[in-house]
Amino acid sequence: MAPTVSTATPTANGVIDLRTSSTREVNELLSSPGAPTRLTITHPEGAHALACGLDADLDVTVDGHVGYYCAGMNQKATVTVTGNAGVGVAENMMSGRVHVKGDASQSAGATAHGGLLVVDGNAAARCGISMKGVDVVVGGNVGHMSAFMGQAGRLVVCGDAGEALGDSIYEARLYVRGTVASLGADCVEKEMRDEHLAELAQLLDAAGMRYQPDEFTRYGSARQLYNFHVDNASAY
Amino acid sequence: MTTPTPPTQLRESATFDRGVIAEIQRAAETGIYDIRGWGAKRALPHFDDLLFLGASVSRYPLEGYREKCDTDVVLGDTHAKFPLHLDIPITIAGMSFGALSGQAKEALGRGASEVGTSTTTGDGGMTPEERGQSKNLVYQYLPSRYGMNPVDLRKADAIEIVLGQGAKPGGGGMLLGQKITDRVAGMRTLPMGVDQRSACRHPDWTGPDDLAIKILELREITNWEKPIYVKVGATRTYYDVKLAVKAGADVVVVDGMQGGTAATQEVFIEHVGIPTLAAIPQAVQALQEMGVHRSVQLIVSGGIRSGADVAKAMALGADAVAIGTAALIALGDNSPRFAEQYGELGSAAGFYDDFQAGRDPAGITTQDPELAKNLDPVQGGRRLANYLRVLTMEAQTLARACGKSHLRNLEPEDLVALTVEASAMARVPLAGTNWIPGRY
Repeated sequence: MAPTVSTATPTANGVIDLRTSSTREVNELLSSPGAPTRLTITHPEGAHALACGLDADLDVTVDGHVGYYCAGMNQKATVTVTGNAGVGVAENMMSGRVHVKGDASQSAGATAHGGLLVVDGNAAARCGISMKGVDVVVGGNVGHMSAFMGQAGRLVVCGDAGEALGDSIYEARLYVRGTVASLGADCVEKEMRDEHLAELAQLLDAAGMRYQPDEFTRYGSARQLYNFHVDNASAY
Repeated sequence: MTTPTPPTQLRESATFDRGVIAEIQRAAETGIYDIRGWGAKRALPHFDDLLFLGASVSRYPLEGYREKCDTDVVLGDTHAKFPLHLDIPITIAGMSFGALSGQAKEALGRGASEVGTSTTTGDGGMTPEERGQSKNLVYQYLPSRYGMNPVDLRKADAIEIVLGQGAKPGGGGMLLGQKITDRVAGMRTLPMGVDQRSACRHPDWTGPDDLAIKILELREITNWEKPIYVKVGATRTYYDVKLAVKAGADVVVVDGMQGGTAATQEVFIEHVGIPTLAAIPQAVQALQEMGVHRSVQLIVSGGIRSGADVAKAMALGADAVAIGTAALIALGDNSPRFAEQYGELGSAAGFYDDFQAGRDPAGITTQDPELAKNLDPVQGGRRLANYLRVLTMEAQTLARACGKSHLRNLEPEDLVALTVEASAMARVPLAGTNWIPGRY
């Protein structure tokens, strides 16, 4: 059965402590019509599915490390994690802003349609996998297979990218400041035109990253695998 | 189509028959494997290989036209605040808008709603037509997450996490560019006309421990309201069902290798997975060993065609079944009405399986607006409702003959098998014996 939820969710000065409240209680509070517009969640201790499914103009700070799927499917809300985030932070985000001040595990921003995900540290493998419109800015490095099958949106990597960056990419745009271990199938280096420098400057500014756009290289789809042709069989 | 009869002195190879030769020639000509729709076409042990033992002296039958045989089923009442209550245990399997026309999706919703059952979205998200016409709509959560958004998720009556399907367990999907219209492309955030690949694995979790956390997230996002199904293609069914239950599934959907597809490699359809008949007892055993048979419901799909199939699946332990191919046929797929058009496509009514091509004259597996007009969703819905009623009445007829006042009271003891293979797979005795291969 669904977990029992206390009607008197304890909040004091906009702070809720996960040692005394459950994830269910916190999420129910945040999805309720009377949700506090600002809330700090303390002692998350790696809790999963925290602050997921938000759908209002809320400002939520998680003071510590979170487990899987923090801020999953976020809409409108701003969620800040002061520590590290587990797998799938901001997965399928639609809008809003999610900021991880530490490192992020695999699949950060997976399949997200919109909004901005900022990771100050490193993001592990598959960052931005199947991204569908989200903007992701990573201050450090990203792991292998990042932006795999990226459909739309922008991934900015201020450090290095692992192997098979942008494998089977569609229309997502990738910017990497450091080295790329290898490019995936159909992902190629592309010319950095003025409009790309401009959008990159905006993204870096929005993420609070102090790098110059001309330090980055742009990557995207060669569009050679959009329709199957037998001559390309070895590329798959 | 007529096949010329070879002179009697010619001997056809059993290994390299005409079909094999034609496929080798086709492969050599094109350099690409064959992709098609439908499901496995090879002969497999199936429900036809089972028979019911009607009541006589040792069992007491129910009067066919006077005594009640109920058909309702509740799905997902373990964890969800709002389980599904269906009037009949025959649901419509997941099929995408994109693979199917908007008219076809609407017709499926109309037909299912008319008889009080559910329909299911597919890859590509939820359309307003489908939601509007479906009283009970199950929202598929697939690896591609095309069109996935929390607004539609909350509009759904249940959520089905798809790990695989019977036609291609372990495989992803492919919607070929010719079916990618502006609308389909928009829903999936992709350019028009490109081949749309659907991944075979979910992008943000891998093993069963992760699945448990994914289920938790979906419950949190939907306020623990929706039943959560986990769908697997039938392979290592015993283990898959156990892991799905352990991860927290409310309902497990097992799709046998006869299950349909919109576009999959022929080699995949015919050579991967196990028959539905073999999968059901494995799933039931897993549920029984975990003490959750009937409380975690089992939906079985893959080759359900008649009320006899429905009744046999339920006798083996399923709580409900799902139909896909049969539902499309009920709408008008492969109808002789379109014999001429099928012929122009190099096929024939009763054989057409090029669902991937998007040129379906019946207006079902197409995105061509002109072809789609050939399906009237109101009439199609009516045909589907008729068919679902027939399936239900047929299943009731058999259940009453076995003395059952509810379809779910059917049991393996009501069945025998006609072949050794079916007996071993279904774990019911060979007819006229008490022998179950591998058991006694």
